[in-house]
Amino acid sequence: MTAATAEQTGTRGTMPPVPEGAVTVTVKVLRYNPETDSEPNWQSFGVPALPTDRVLNLLHYIKWYIDGTMTFRRSCAHGICGSDAMQINGVNRLACKVLVKDLMARKGKQTTITIAPIKGLPVHKDLLVDMEPFMEAFRAVKPFLITYGNEPTRERIQSVADRERFDDTTKCILCACCTTSCPVFWTEGSYFGPAAIVNAHRFIFDSRDEGAQERLDILNDAEGVWRCRTTFNCTDACPRGIQVTKAIQEVKRALLFRR
Amino acid sequence: MQFHKYDVVIVGAGGAGMRAAIEAGQRTRTAVLTKLYPTRSHTGAAQGGMCAALANVEEDNWEWHTFDTIKGGDYLVDQDAAEIMAKEAIDAVLDLEKMGLPFNRTPDGKIDQRRFGGHTRNHGEAAVRRACYAADRTGHMILQTLYQNCVKHGIEFFNEFYVLDICLTETENGPVCTGAVAYELATGEIHVFQAKAVVFATGGFGKVFKTTSNAHTLTGDGMGIVFRKGLPLEDMEFYQFHPTGLAGLGILLTEGARGEGAILRNASGERFMERYAPTIKDLAPRDIVARSMALEVLEGRGAGPNKDYVLLDCTHLGAEVLETKLPDITEFARTYLAVDPVKEPVPVYPTAHYAMGGIPTNVHGEVLRDNDHVVPGLYAAGECACVSVHGANRLGTNSLLDINVFGRRAGIAAAEYAAGRSFVDLPDAPAAVVEEQVSHLLSDHGRERVADIRTELQATMDANASVYRTEETLKQALHDVQALKDRYEHVAVQDKGKRFNTDLLEAVELGFLLELAEVLVVGALERKESRGGHAREDYPNRDDTNYMRHSMFYKQGEGLKSDIRLDYKPVTFTRYKPMERKY
Repeated sequence: MTAATAEQTGTRGTMPPVPEGAVTVTVKVLRYNPETDSEPNWQSFGVPALPTDRVLNLLHYIKWYIDGTMTFRRSCAHGICGSDAMQINGVNRLACKVLVKDLMARKGKQTTITIAPIKGLPVHKDLLVDMEPFMEAFRAVKPFLITYGNEPTRERIQSVADRERFDDTTKCILCACCTTSCPVFWTEGSYFGPAAIVNAHRFIFDSRDEGAQERLDILNDAEGVWRCRTTFNCTDACPRGIQVTKAIQEVKRALLFRR
Repeated sequence: MQFHKYDVVIVGAGGAGMRAAIEAGQRTRTAVLTKLYPTRSHTGAAQGGMCAALANVEEDNWEWHTFDTIKGGDYLVDQDAAEIMAKEAIDAVLDLEKMGLPFNRTPDGKIDQRRFGGHTRNHGEAAVRRACYAADRTGHMILQTLYQNCVKHGIEFFNEFYVLDICLTETENGPVCTGAVAYELATGEIHVFQAKAVVFATGGFGKVFKTTSNAHTLTGDGMGIVFRKGLPLEDMEFYQFHPTGLAGLGILLTEGARGEGAILRNASGERFMERYAPTIKDLAPRDIVARSMALEVLEGRGAGPNKDYVLLDCTHLGAEVLETKLPDITEFARTYLAVDPVKEPVPVYPTAHYAMGGIPTNVHGEVLRDNDHVVPGLYAAGECACVSVHGANRLGTNSLLDINVFGRRAGIAAAEYAAGRSFVDLPDAPAAVVEEQVSHLLSDHGRERVADIRTELQATMDANASVYRTEETLKQALHDVQALKDRYEHVAVQDKGKRFNTDLLEAVELGFLLELAEVLVVGALERKESRGGHAREDYPNRDDTNYMRHSMFYKQGEGLKSDIRLDYKPVTFTRYKPMERKY
């Protein structure tokens, strides 16, 4: 990987006015376009940023005013859709949930923000990766309510406590921050990964569900929960605050103590 | 170019698209084409709930819900459609529960319900607990549950396939929809999907505004495509501004907060909604609350250093209610404004939120080509459609209801239509329009930047066509939009590659935004009254004599700058006579 750093300036006409209070930060992005590049390389951009700006704003600035080929996914821009997971200063985050003020260097020092694609999934272009292996693992754990027998006419009854039991894992937005922060996933591409297990957990511990045994069988597989080495990277990475490692542990316990 | 053949093609994988897919996919060979990965859609951003008169926690019935919907829509609602929606709401919620949606529960284990704006007991007596919810991520749970069920049923998805055109084949009985044309983002390839039926579920166009709760990707693609085909759009001047966007950012804070008891206050701490809606106060419908907030600011009672917002006070709700029932919005305020709602009130201001108008359909989701005829084979549902169940102002939660009720209906109708018919031939050169559009945008024809045009568009729409409008501001907006359309002729796409060309994508999206902004402004100029979400300072009253009618907009001719023809469609009444709207 070369460190060919090119300090870029505006190439497409006048730049938008710099807002009051903005400082110029260096945004260093790991670029890669298989159509033109033999390997990924770092490129730096000077971007005016307010402390309240999201990192996503900086990427937009680059794309809209400096280099239109800069490629990444984004949609909702407030941490709900899960499109813009990336490595920001070495940790997996949603670009729309990290504010510049939390990345600022100490007074007087130049701030540099490094951004790379999430790790362990093939890179399609710049920060945009192939999500299919991730989604395949999700689909493989039967992530849907499994029931047998006749459906009731009204809703199924579920106590407040039973509903609370799996509340945490219903928050998952499938952004892949957890799975692509997992060292086991990096080295063993066939491991289901934390997100798939979180989504299995969501149903295994749902009192209405009758498919727990099927899912546990799947997760008891060689590529299943036993691969987890409890490094807690996933919990640290989750932008929704899900206790991912705990959920994986609970699935392991369910496997150990199931009848 | 690649060619595919399916009985039903669904465009869009948000709530309406996936609800339609679950129905169509179990009945016939179905494909879902989606610009985004499924679960990325903005249905997931909906927070507060989905109303249905389950009467789980207090007396309620669907007739009251129908009435509230009609009154909330300032009587521009088609009453037969509202009745269907309120009636089918109950099964829509129960269906979702059976699909696995983890609703919050009452102490006896039933689906819990909370209050929401404009939803009342016995025709306006008091607020009623009608909204079924899953914390403040109801939309997220609906989207996840629907995707989970698509996985269960093995629905076929074409992810990151951006539909840019539909195929209409002329027959002696008028045009028939025979397919859709998509641009594959991964490769830049163009795909023609021949289909017996096409369902549009492409969402809204909030990105015509700067301050909006909408995602970057909500650019009105489906509405724009249909409009360019010469088919009408309905009631586009009615755009909803949600009262509680995070000030300056537009990020949504659910009305469910007020449903749980939060209060809006001005700079002096006054609960100002008591003056504007004495009966239901902070739980008045969104148009009324948004205007009240704007007035407080205009009259100098706004909070903050620039007196340009009001405050949403949740502090009396306590940490537990906020953490369990409103955790996401609590986090949004902390993350984006560094304000802790447990301890201090949150700065809020109206944010562009929802298009009441859209592609006109009947209650089966069939798309109209004029007041009396449908386009066989073409369906629409969700925000991109106008049934019209929202009239001039949508009630909170009724959008999640709309996507489930009419998404389901459109999916069933499309599958049943396809089952009884053979394929109709595609028109000649079905991909020609898209090929021409893409190659033109990629060619060198100017130096205008997409971001500049879009920023200026959003600025003029915010300044001139938002909560309050006048002839003067709207004329300014029209002038600006038309000038921006001129500049769009010279727009430059820097990325010339075929692989994930999101630069090209943004240029295409901007074209749709410009198209729809003009329609919105033209409609707002022509409607010389105030009704629901459309508030004219120069015509402050509702005028049922002249304007109790839907607007129908038709594009005249080719090209971005062609004229708009405005026509009208009568409102359907069943049992509710228009009354003065007071809360």
